[in-house]
Amino acid sequence: MIDNKFLTPEGEKKPGKQVLRELQDKIAQDVFDAKARGEKIGWCASNFPQEICTAMDIKVAYPENMGAAVGAKGGGLRMCEEAEAMGYSNDLCSYARINLAYAASDECPEIQIPRPDFLLCCNNICSCMMKWYENLSVELGIPLLMIDIPHLTEMKCDPDRVRYIRAQFDDCIRQLEEITGKKMDYARLREVMEVSQRSSKAWLRAISCMGAEPSPFSGFDVFNTMAVATVGRGTVEAAEAFEYLADEYETAIKEGRSTFKGEEKYRILFEGIACWANLRATYKTLQSRGINLTSTIYGPAFSFLYSNLDELMAAYSYVPNSYCFEKEVELRVNDAKAKKVDGAVIHINRSCKRWSGNSYELERQLRAQAGIPTMTFDGDQSDPRVFSEAQYETRVEALVEIMEANKQAKKGADAQKEAAR
Amino acid sequence: MADIYTLGMDLGSTTSKGVVLKNGKEVIGSSIIDAGAGTTGPQRAFEACLKDAGVDRSQIANITATGYGRNSFEPADLVISELSAHALGVHTMYPDARTLLDIGGQDSKVMSIGKNGRLDNFLMNDKCAAGTGRFLEVMAKVLEVGVADLKDLEAKAEQTVSVSSTCTVFAESEVISQLAKGVDILGLVRGICTSVAAKAASLVKRLGVEEPVYMTGGVARNTGVVKALEKELGVKITVSQIQQLNGAFGAAVYGYGRVK
Repeated sequence: MIDNKFLTPEGEKKPGKQVLRELQDKIAQDVFDAKARGEKIGWCASNFPQEICTAMDIKVAYPENMGAAVGAKGGGLRMCEEAEAMGYSNDLCSYARINLAYAASDECPEIQIPRPDFLLCCNNICSCMMKWYENLSVELGIPLLMIDIPHLTEMKCDPDRVRYIRAQFDDCIRQLEEITGKKMDYARLREVMEVSQRSSKAWLRAISCMGAEPSPFSGFDVFNTMAVATVGRGTVEAAEAFEYLADEYETAIKEGRSTFKGEEKYRILFEGIACWANLRATYKTLQSRGINLTSTIYGPAFSFLYSNLDELMAAYSYVPNSYCFEKEVELRVNDAKAKKVDGAVIHINRSCKRWSGNSYELERQLRAQAGIPTMTFDGDQSDPRVFSEAQYETRVEALVEIMEANKQAKKGADAQKEAAR
Repeated sequence: MADIYTLGMDLGSTTSKGVVLKNGKEVIGSSIIDAGAGTTGPQRAFEACLKDAGVDRSQIANITATGYGRNSFEPADLVISELSAHALGVHTMYPDARTLLDIGGQDSKVMSIGKNGRLDNFLMNDKCAAGTGRFLEVMAKVLEVGVADLKDLEAKAEQTVSVSSTCTVFAESEVISQLAKGVDILGLVRGICTSVAAKAASLVKRLGVEEPVYMTGGVARNTGVVKALEKELGVKITVSQIQQLNGAFGAAVYGYGRVK
C-alpha cells in the first residue's frame, strides 16, 4: 500500500524527484515557521554534522543550498556583483558572495532564508567557509560555532583525529544548549543516527542505479535530488523519500525505462560542483549528443555511513574535499569503472579552489587509471560570467568524437576476437 | 572515374579559411579572410576558395565546416569538431605526427594523435587569451608594428626583455611601461614571443610530449614563438606547410571520406 504522500490528488504515483522537491520545500518552510515561533535558528555549512541539530530539534538553513538555488534561478550575477560592490573579491567563492550580499541586504527575489541567530561552520568541505562565516558572525553580531575537521592526510581517520573531532562535537552541543535553550537527548541522537543511516543507504542505493545500462535516469537529476540529502537526511521523511526514489529507479531498470531523453549513447563522469548558473547549457550540450551523466562523487558526498558515535566523527572526515588526493583518485576511478563511463567532463570551477586546484592532476590520473578520455572546461558554480558555451561545446564535440572512435575500435576488436574463436 | 571535389571551411574567431580538395589529396584552392565567425568572413572565404580552385559550387560533392562558426554555416553538409579536423588534417599531410599544437586567434589546443590518425586526447587553453594569437595582436599594436612583422623583429633580437604578466591586459601595460623606460624593442619582441611559447608549452607538457611534434595555426608563422617553444619543450617542432589552413584541410579530408 502506497502512502498518500507519494500520490498525486488524482491517485497517481508521484515521481521520486517530485517527492524530494516537496520535502525540500517543507524543510525550508520549517525553518521559517520555527523562526516565527520565536525559536533560535541557524545558518549551517552543508557538511556540518546535521545529527546534532536534528536530534535537538533545532532548525537551520543552508547558505550553500541558497547559493546554488540563486545561481540556478538566474540571480547569481546580480548577487555576486552586489558583494563585489561591497568590496569582496571576485576570486571569492560565489556561494560566499551571494550569501554575504544577502546577509547585508536581506533581499533576494529568487529565494530567501530567515535571519540567523547563530552560525554552524565545518571546514571539511572547504576552508574559505571559515572566513566567510567569521565575516557573517561579525557583520550580524551572532555567535559562530565551529567544528574543525583536519584534512585527512592518510586513507583512514585515526583515533586521535576522532577524539579531536568528538571533543568539538560535545562542545558544540553544550554551546547550542546555551544558545537555544534546548537540551540534547542522547536517546534521540541515537534514533537520528539510525534514520540518517537509512537515508544515506537509500540515497546511495538510488545513485548506484546509474551503473545500469542504460541508467534509469538522467544523471543531472542527482544535482536536484541531492538537496534533501544535504539538509534533511536525519529525518524519517527523508529516509522514506530516498527509499521511494531508489525503489522507483530499481523498478525502472527492471522495466527498461529511463527518464534520460533520447538514446544513451555515451556515459560520462562529471567532476565537480554543477554549473548552476549555466545548468541548462551544460546539460543540453551533453544530452543533445546522447551523453548521460552516470558518475559523480558530488551527490554521494552527502551520505555518511557509521554505526556508532566515534564512526560518525570519522565519517565527517570522509568527505571529498577533506580526503587526501590518493583517496580522491581512488573514489573517482572506482566509480568510473562501476558506472561504465566512456569519458569524463571536468568542471574547473573558479569558485572552488579546493576542488579545482588539483583537477589537472586528477584528470591525468583518470586518463591513466580509468583509461578514459577527458575534457576540462572553465565555469563557476553560481557566477555565470566564467562560463563560455562555445568553448564548452567545442570540447564536448571533440570528446564525443574520441568516445565514438573508442567504441568503434572496441567493437572491431571484439569482432576479431569472436572471429578467432 | 570522375574527380571528387570536397570543400572544408574552418570558421575561426578571427579568420575564416577554406580549402578545396581534389580526390582527397590535392589542394586546388584555398582562402584566408581576416574576419571570423559571425561576420561576412565565412561567406567571403567560401566564395574565394571556390574561385581560387576554379570550380563551381555544384561540382563540390561535400562541404564540411569546422571551427566556432561551424554550426551556423548554412552551406555545410557536415560539421566536425575543430580538434578532430586538425588531427585529421595533420595526419593526412604528415602521417608520422604524434603531437600537434595549434595556436589560433583566441585559443590554443594540443592534441595527441594515434598511429591511425585518430585524435586520442586533447587539451585546450582556459578562457585566458594569454598564449594565443590575440596576445600577439595586442602586443603588435602597442609596438606599432604588424603582427606578421614580429617574427622578423624577433630574428634580429640579441637579448630577451622578459614579459612576466600572464594576463594580456596586464602584459599590455607592462610592455607600455617597458617602452616608456626605453628598453630594447627587439628584445621586448623576443620576450613577447617567449611569453606566448611558455604558456603554450605548459599545455603541451600537461598532455605529454610525443615526437614528432607539429605545429599549425596562425601563430605557427611566427618563427620566434616556434623557436622559443622548441627550447621550452626540448624537441624539434615542424611547422605544417599549410599552417592556418590545416583545420579546413582536415574538414575537406573528412568530407572526402564520407563521399568517396
